[in-house]
Amino acid sequence: MADDDTRHESPSQTAGPYVHIGCLPNWSGIAGVYAEDPGSRLINADTRGERVSVTGRIFDGDEAPVLDAVIELWQADAGGLYPSPVETRGVADPNFGGWGRVASAFDSGEFRIDTIRPGRVPYPDGRLQAPHINCWIVARGINVGLQTRIYFADESDANAEDPVLASIEPRARVDTLLAQPDAEGAFRFDIHLQGERETVFFDI
Amino acid sequence: MSSEQSRGYLPRDRAWHPPALAPDYKSSRLRSPRQPLLVLPTTLSEESGPVFGHDIIGPRDDDLIHNYAADGHSALGPRILVHGHLRDQSGRAVPNALIEVWQANAAGRYRHPNETYIAPLDPNFGGCGRCLTDADGYYRFLSIQPAPYPWPNGPNSWRPAHIHFSLFGEAFAQRLITQMYFEGDPLIPLCPIVNAIPREDAVDTLIARLDMDAALPMDMLAWRFDLTLRGRAQTYFENRPEGL
Repeated sequence: MADDDTRHESPSQTAGPYVHIGCLPNWSGIAGVYAEDPGSRLINADTRGERVSVTGRIFDGDEAPVLDAVIELWQADAGGLYPSPVETRGVADPNFGGWGRVASAFDSGEFRIDTIRPGRVPYPDGRLQAPHINCWIVARGINVGLQTRIYFADESDANAEDPVLASIEPRARVDTLLAQPDAEGAFRFDIHLQGERETVFFDI
Repeated sequence: MSSEQSRGYLPRDRAWHPPALAPDYKSSRLRSPRQPLLVLPTTLSEESGPVFGHDIIGPRDDDLIHNYAADGHSALGPRILVHGHLRDQSGRAVPNALIEVWQANAAGRYRHPNETYIAPLDPNFGGCGRCLTDADGYYRFLSIQPAPYPWPNGPNSWRPAHIHFSLFGEAFAQRLITQMYFEGDPLIPLCPIVNAIPREDAVDTLIARLDMDAALPMDMLAWRFDLTLRGRAQTYFENRPEGL
């Protein structure tokens, strides 16, 4: 394969501590420019599927909560369809945009995602992936946005068949991608940037 | 030789991007993963991505000079037009792509709860804006020239003047945040965030060029800043004649 015609991607730079100005301006106190922050609502009253919430925090290498991160989310609808032009298997729920954005709270670092449980999406070879939410994490000190996935611990059969989870070694690290049920419809998902419990990050 | 676009995306060239750990950029020390990234081919989850329509873009979203200003007022600072071409790695224009920007004001101060710099806020400047690329992948927005500012990294660290860019392509795999610098800024080679990028020719692609052809006489200077997103992997068919 010749790559003479292939350009370089623009190099990434950190989103910095003030990423909220550009990505969640209302949340950071800049009112009146955008009617609402992009990605601030994943679902509405008519969205199909089981309501779930995922709360958590991001921890640095000193186990201190990160207070200035933004997490972007991208997920399939309850039927496993993406609301995207490249989706060829059907038409996704018109009341679900699939994309969201949440910030770590400035005081506690806690983030909260209100969404629906996604359906299963095929891997390129046709096997089904387990339900997952794709995450992209940016913050001060993160030079290239970090890709990870939220899976659901109560989907043990689907998780056991998931080709992405199957590729994780050592196996103990699979747990870092499993949101744990906390209460009815509520899950807990903490992210560790470093250390013994470092979350699995992808280069996909 | 002809080629066909596949749905999969080229792997990121990690030697071109800054590494997770760049010790001179102190914040990266505790926030850089130490385990190797798990490398996998893209799946439908990464090859799809959100679509943004013109309906979310307000009439002044691409005008940071006015989008936070009181009626009849405008932001302080040198007025600038920033424009450029968004393509992917194969050179294909990326149309209808959402570009979000944010920046400090003309005194080097951000409008943000955690900002502590002594320079003044501009009551008529918010610092955020957005636009969509047109059908040919071109974008433009209006703003004021941001100033450099000091930051708590080393004993006397200053950021070069910059504008933050958040870019969406057609796929979540293409998601990118970067920064635009201004040609001729002597702080660029001194900045640990810039210097986290290993190669000088890579840094050079983040430096906007003064573009006098696009400057508006008696109104504003223009800066040209082109951007490249991840491209799709190509499948070549060697047995096909040239040009087909």
